[in-house]
Order: sequence, then C-alpha cells, then structure tokens
Amino acid sequence: MNAMAGNYTTEDGREIGDVMMEMKNITLRFGGVVAIKDISFDIHEGEIRAIIGPNGAGKSSMLNVISGFYHPQDGEVWFHGAKRPQMKPYQVAKQGIARTFQNIALFEGMSVLDNVMTGRLTHMKQGMLAQAIWRGPAEREEVENREVVEKIIDFLEIQHIRKTPVGRLPYGLKKRVELARALAAEPKLLLLDEPMAGMNVEEKEDMSRYILDTNDEFGTTIALIEHDMGVVMDLSDRVVVMDYGQKIGDGTPDEVRNNQAVIDAYLGVSHD
Amino acid sequence: MASSELRSIPALLARNIREFGHHPAYREKEYGIWQSWSWAETGAEIEAIALGFLDLGVSEGDHIAIIGRNRPHFYWSMVAAQMVGAVPVPVYQDSVAEDIAFVLDHCGASYAVVEDQEQVDKTIEVKDRLPGLKDVVYLDGKGLRKYDHAHLKSFADLQAEGRKKQSALEPELIRRRDGLDLDSTCVMLYTSGTTGRPKGVVLSNRNIIETSKASGNFDALTKDESILAYLPMAWVGDFIFAVGQAYWCGFCVCCPESETTMHDNLREIGPSYFFAPPRFFEENITTITIRMEDAGRFKRRLYANAMELARRIGPKILDGEDVSAWDRFKYRLGDMFVYGPLRNRSGMSNVRVAYTAGEAIGPELFEFWRSLGINLKQLYGQTEASVFITQQPDNEVRVDTVGVPSPGVELKIADTGEVFYRSPGVFVEYYKNAESTASTKDDEGWVATGDAGFIEEGSGHLRIIDRVKDVGKLSNGALFAPKYVENKLKFFANILEAVVHGDGRDECTAFINIDLTAVGNWAERNNIAYGSYQELAGHPKVLDTIQGHIEEVNKSLSTDEMLSGCQVHRFLILHKELDADDGEITRTRKVRRKIVAEKFADLIGALYDGSDKISTETEVTYEDGRKGSIKATLDVRSAKVFEIKTKALEAAE
Repeated sequence: MNAMAGNYTTEDGREIGDVMMEMKNITLRFGGVVAIKDISFDIHEGEIRAIIGPNGAGKSSMLNVISGFYHPQDGEVWFHGAKRPQMKPYQVAKQGIARTFQNIALFEGMSVLDNVMTGRLTHMKQGMLAQAIWRGPAEREEVENREVVEKIIDFLEIQHIRKTPVGRLPYGLKKRVELARALAAEPKLLLLDEPMAGMNVEEKEDMSRYILDTNDEFGTTIALIEHDMGVVMDLSDRVVVMDYGQKIGDGTPDEVRNNQAVIDAYLGVSHD
Repeated sequence: MASSELRSIPALLARNIREFGHHPAYREKEYGIWQSWSWAETGAEIEAIALGFLDLGVSEGDHIAIIGRNRPHFYWSMVAAQMVGAVPVPVYQDSVAEDIAFVLDHCGASYAVVEDQEQVDKTIEVKDRLPGLKDVVYLDGKGLRKYDHAHLKSFADLQAEGRKKQSALEPELIRRRDGLDLDSTCVMLYTSGTTGRPKGVVLSNRNIIETSKASGNFDALTKDESILAYLPMAWVGDFIFAVGQAYWCGFCVCCPESETTMHDNLREIGPSYFFAPPRFFEENITTITIRMEDAGRFKRRLYANAMELARRIGPKILDGEDVSAWDRFKYRLGDMFVYGPLRNRSGMSNVRVAYTAGEAIGPELFEFWRSLGINLKQLYGQTEASVFITQQPDNEVRVDTVGVPSPGVELKIADTGEVFYRSPGVFVEYYKNAESTASTKDDEGWVATGDAGFIEEGSGHLRIIDRVKDVGKLSNGALFAPKYVENKLKFFANILEAVVHGDGRDECTAFINIDLTAVGNWAERNNIAYGSYQELAGHPKVLDTIQGHIEEVNKSLSTDEMLSGCQVHRFLILHKELDADDGEITRTRKVRRKIVAEKFADLIGALYDGSDKISTETEVTYEDGRKGSIKATLDVRSAKVFEIKTKALEAAE
C-alpha cells in the first residue's frame, strides 16, 4: 500500500478521503535556531495522523504552524486545495481547525460547561451587547449552542462534572474537558498536543477510545503528537517522524517501525 | 376495567393509558434536561418495540436479555417483551463477559437488548458459546459503526421497522398480548449467587401484580408518586418498584443521567417514594458531618443544638406521639433552618415513604434520618418472595426489627430457628433447576429464607439474627449468632470489621479491624503519631477504646434473652485489614469465616489459651499481585462481661 497516493483504505476498512492539508517545504526559524527544516507532508480527510519524535524535534512547533500560531519563514500551507495566506489563530479556527494544548489551557475558575461553551465562540454571531441583553436572537443562539455542547458532554461522559469548576478537577478529566472544548467548535481538523501526557494506563485507554470515537462518529480528521509509542502505533493511520527539525520518516505505523533512521533516532546509534 | 382483567403488565399499561394517559410515566435526564414521556407516549414507544420484536422473529416463550443501566428504553423493552409473550431477563450490567455468558446460556436467550459498545463487546466475546443468541439490539451506537451488523441492530431501527410493518404485525401482537394471564411468566431474575452459580428465579404475573397491589396499598401509594430508578435493573427490588408498583399505581419512574450524577438527579427530582441500601444513608451522613465540621462556629452550634432536639423529639413527632407545644415550636424553627435544608441537600424533601434493607442498619444512622422527619422504614425481602416478606408500618418503626409480615404473607419459624414464609409473591420455580426449587419451596408453598430469626411477642415484629448456617451453639448450649454481635460492634465508627468466634467453645472471642479513617482522625487530634495500620492498631489507647466499645456491646447483650451468651470475653485487634485480595472477605465485604479461621488459627488459639501476647506472621497479597508477609506481636485483652440478667436461651437441638 502506498500511503502517499491520495485516497486509500485503512487496515480496519475505513475509507480515507482526499488531501485536506498539505505542508510544503516548511522551514521555521527562531533567530538562529532552526526549529523546522524543509518539511513536507500531508493530512488526508478522515485520517488519524501522528507526529512523533524525540524531545525538541519540533513537533509542537509544527502543530503551531498548522494552527496559525507560528508563521514559517519558508514554505506553504495548503488547506482544502488552496494556499493559506498568513492568518491569525482565530481565523484558522474559523476555517475549522481546533486544538488542545500540551499544558492544559482551560479557564480554571469557570465551570466545565462554561469552558466547553467557549469552544462555540467561533459559531456565535450575536454581538456582545445582544448577548448581554440576551432576550430574542441571542437567547435562541445560546440554546442552539448549548444543544451542541450537551451532545459533546454526553459523548465524552462528563455529565457529572458539568457544573464543577475546572480547577477542582483531576488532571485526566481536565484533559477530557479540553478535548470537549475543542470538539465544541465542530472542527474539521483536530490538533491534539500530547493528549495522553501524564496519564495512567486506564486514563490513556479512555482517551484513546474517545479519540477513535471522535474520528468515527464525527468524521473528524485528527493530527496528534504523542510520546507513548504503543498509543501512537495503535491509533494512527500514518505517522510522520521528526528529529532535530527534519523529517526522517513518514508512513504507516509498520513502515515507520521498521525504518532504520527512526530506530536510530529513538535508540541512538552505536559509536563503533 | 375491572381489576380481574388486570392480568399482566401490558394490561396495566393499557389501563394507565386509558385512565391517565397524559400523566408522566417516565423521566430521564439527557443532554442536561429532564425529558419526559406520558403514559400514552410510553404506550406508543412500547408498542413500536413489541412490533419490532415480532419483525425480528421473537417467538412466544423466548428469553430476551436486557443489559444496561436504568433507562426508560430498557423498562419499555421489558414490557414489550412481555407483550409478545417473551420473558425479559435483566442482567447486571457490570457483570463480566463470563457471567453474562452463564446467564444468557442458562436461560437460552435468543435476543439481547443492550446499552452500548461495552455491552455489545461482551456479547461478542462470548458469542461462540451462545448458539441460541440470534440478534443483539443496542441503544447507543457510539463506536459501533464499524461493527458487523449482520446480527446487530440499533434500537431506533428496531422501532422504526416495527412501526413500518404495524398493519401487518398488529393482529399477531394483539393475539399474543391478549393471551397473557396471571400465570404467564412476568420476568426472570438471576439471584446474585453469593453461594454457587446464580439461579434464575421465575416470577409470574400473579407474583408481581399481587405483590405490587398489596405493598402499594400498605403505603397508600398513588399515581402521583415519583421514584428515582438507580439500583441495578437485574435486582428484584428495582423490578417491583419501577415496574410492578409503578404500573399498578401508575406513578412516574425517573432515570438518572448517568451513574455518577445520581446524587444531583435525586435532588432535582425529589422523589416521594425512595429505596436505598443502608450504605447510601451512611455515606450521606458522612458527607454532611464532614461539611458541618468545616463550617463556621455559629453554624456548627446551630447544627449541634438543632440535631440534639431532633434526636430527642423528631422520631416522636413522626410517630404521632405526644410532644410539648414548646418542643414542637422549636422543632418547627429547626425545620426551617436545619432539617429542611438538610433534607433538601439529600434529595429527600418530598419523601413520604423511604425504605432500606439488605443489611443491618446502625441505630444512630437510622435515628438521624428519622429525626429529620424522613419516614425511613425497614423491610425484609428476597427475590424468591417478589421482595416483600416483612415491612414496618408507619408508626411502628424500630431499628432492631424488620417489621410485621407484609399483607398476604404468612410466617413460620422452624425448630432450627429458620424463618419460612408463604405468600402470593412466592416464585414459581428456579429455571431449569427442579432440585433447588424442591429444596427451597415445599409442597405447601413454604419457602426457606436461610435466615434465623424469631417473632417478637407482643409486637409481632420479626427479628433476624443471622444466617442459619452461621448460627451455632456454645459448649454450654447457649445460642451463638456471630453476625448479630459483629453488626453491633460495627456500628461503632472505630470498628471497621469484626469476626466473632465461639461455635462449640465455652465463650465468645473476637477479632477486630479498626477503621483507619475514624481512628486515624482521632489519633491526629490527640497527637498520636503512627506510621501504618499495624502501628495504630497496636497502640494501647486504641486498645482501650475498642475494649470500651466491646464492653458496651456486652452490656447490651446481657439484657438480650436469646443472645446473652454471646458476650465477647477476649479480643485482639488484627495486625492487617481483612482484604478481598487475600480472600478473607468477599468483594461485597462479607467475612469468609472459614478462611479467616484457618488463616489465623494461631490467633484464635491465643484467644482461648489465656496468653496475653501472641507473635504471628501472615502472608499478604499486594494490589499488583506480589506477595509479602507481615510479622507482628499482638496484645490479647479480656473485656468485662456482664452478668446475664435473663436465662440464656438454649439453641434448639
């Protein structure tokens, strides 16, 4: 199976669509430091795409490029067949890209419900004044948005903490709330930055299930960074491997696992 | 319609639709909102499921397994199954695949209605062993898109196809529904099986309807009650409360949003009729107590004073006894500021009748709720009896009895002390197990409970002492009922677990497990440093406290006619907590006497040979499965024994 040749069918029989996002020769520099060096890869519609690599390989930088937070000095980002101009993160969000963060970035003092509701911001049309007065269209809009949010709360099984302030929640649940907020935006492409970091085995299993269900239920395309190799190999359809800002491998989990450059990067090379 | 025609649950449904079709029958919180279905809407839903079952090819007498948490759809499925002449078999939804396989295989279920992917996975896991299982219907399709749907169907599709073929299938449905009578099987419930494999208890429409009618009248339940259905659907109590009584009386069954939101949902619904195991009431008090301890000084004093008053006169007011006008006034004030809010917090503002059962309930705990004005009562029941054997009438509530025989129930105490009963609710048979049926139910319809007890003279209340198999005799012939004594000991917050020995001996002795939370708290307040359970358990002051508790129990036992011989003469505090991982207790925290006796034989020896210290070594299993051992030297103490005020009753030969 040649994974790079457009539409394909995964091992478990899912039909993967056309190229959704394409990164062409991306180079990102911070002063003299080259974080990403001339990397190209694509993400297909409906696919679960992992980016892996040792610490400092440039994975998070890559995710930040996709989400529009960093602007690469060279290279082009193509989204749905069109070259993307330089954009602010909220403009990218409006295009249907949502993300979670490596270090949880929720509003600690707000309830879970309110946090997830913020994920709907890009879908709200009423102005601040109308929302403050609330009656009429703003009220209708909130009800509609709440409906979407409640479906996601149900989907991620966090009904019992709906009214709990996020600051009081344990780590694993916060991660789930963050996923809920990202899903509330009804994204076409979901970026997950280390969704399993710091979790125990059981929490990882839960999170894996939610990621697969999200992909299955909503058809969301997912790009994720993860360190747990077991998780990556099980979850993803294709994997990009980075090391020192360069791409050293790209393909199905099996292909990547047997790639000598990848093995060297992870296990080190002997000096004799 | 005359009540003589109300011969099945579907017939009750038809009556409810006719007489109060707009009245709510089910509520369920979903997507953050309470959704509700009237009886008329419920009827339409159930009919669609029943037609769907016919379309699937369900035959009369088929068994349909129901696996899921309390949701209206599963209650509907049970009634729909009855409607097409099939037998619903609710299964504990947290059972592992192995147990589900046993039940499904034993009843020969041809269809299963299950909740979600988790349950579907379980049925798929054991499918090879269940050749009879034709189709599985699931309610929540999340994660199931990729599954092979050859024998898998969504609940919505089942209903849709049923509706589509309504005209073709309706005559058959009516024929089957009208064929139901009081002798048709209503439901089959598997007993949880603490001893051996679970047994399928077959209950007929007569059992369920007669029981629901009698118990509904006993507490004057009406169509305006509401209950929260949160206990496992496979448990007989849930079936009686949420199906039997709900259809007989026509009241509303509310289903929580998820298992974890039960407390919130309870508060939102405020049921008028409520059942909970003692554990529920206990946990609730713990929460209240902890929060009160964290409150400011003013609130703490207000609470303490109000609760003292409540303890003194609350139960009296509830029982309609004479209370002075001044006390009544103060109670009224207390109700405004303390009792009312507490009831509200616990979701019991509207409770008119509340029951608890299953295990012994501590007197303080029981009094706490009653003093708040909640009509908490005890009942005694079994799956084989369609729940009700005895229950407490409104003004005769006591902590040490389980009440008078329920209407229609006859009681008999055998020579062995075992309680027997006979009632219209007595089960038909154990499915495919004539041998067990015969050994439990005799030709005249008397059923053995396996519990030893006696009927109190004067009040006619039944008192349960212990399981018959655990009741023994001391060497002097006095009755020995370990669990009764253990329960008395366990009512002290400091004592987590107790094991009393004495069968065939000349006196009783006990092992004690302290409650690390309670005793640890006490140690912290008194600046007693400890590093482990073992260290705290060996502390002389802890031993003193426990000794005090035991002597109190001895004192109360000394006034008991039957059990005064069971006073604890010597005791020790075990150096480890009894643990299910070590097989000393079951997962539901019941002590395995035989294993404990074998494992700690040396300690029992020390309790009886008069030594005051014993060194021992015990093997333990850690959570990850590794084994290790604990060495300890334990103090053996003697407790004061009180003179027996009445002659110890000699156990029957």
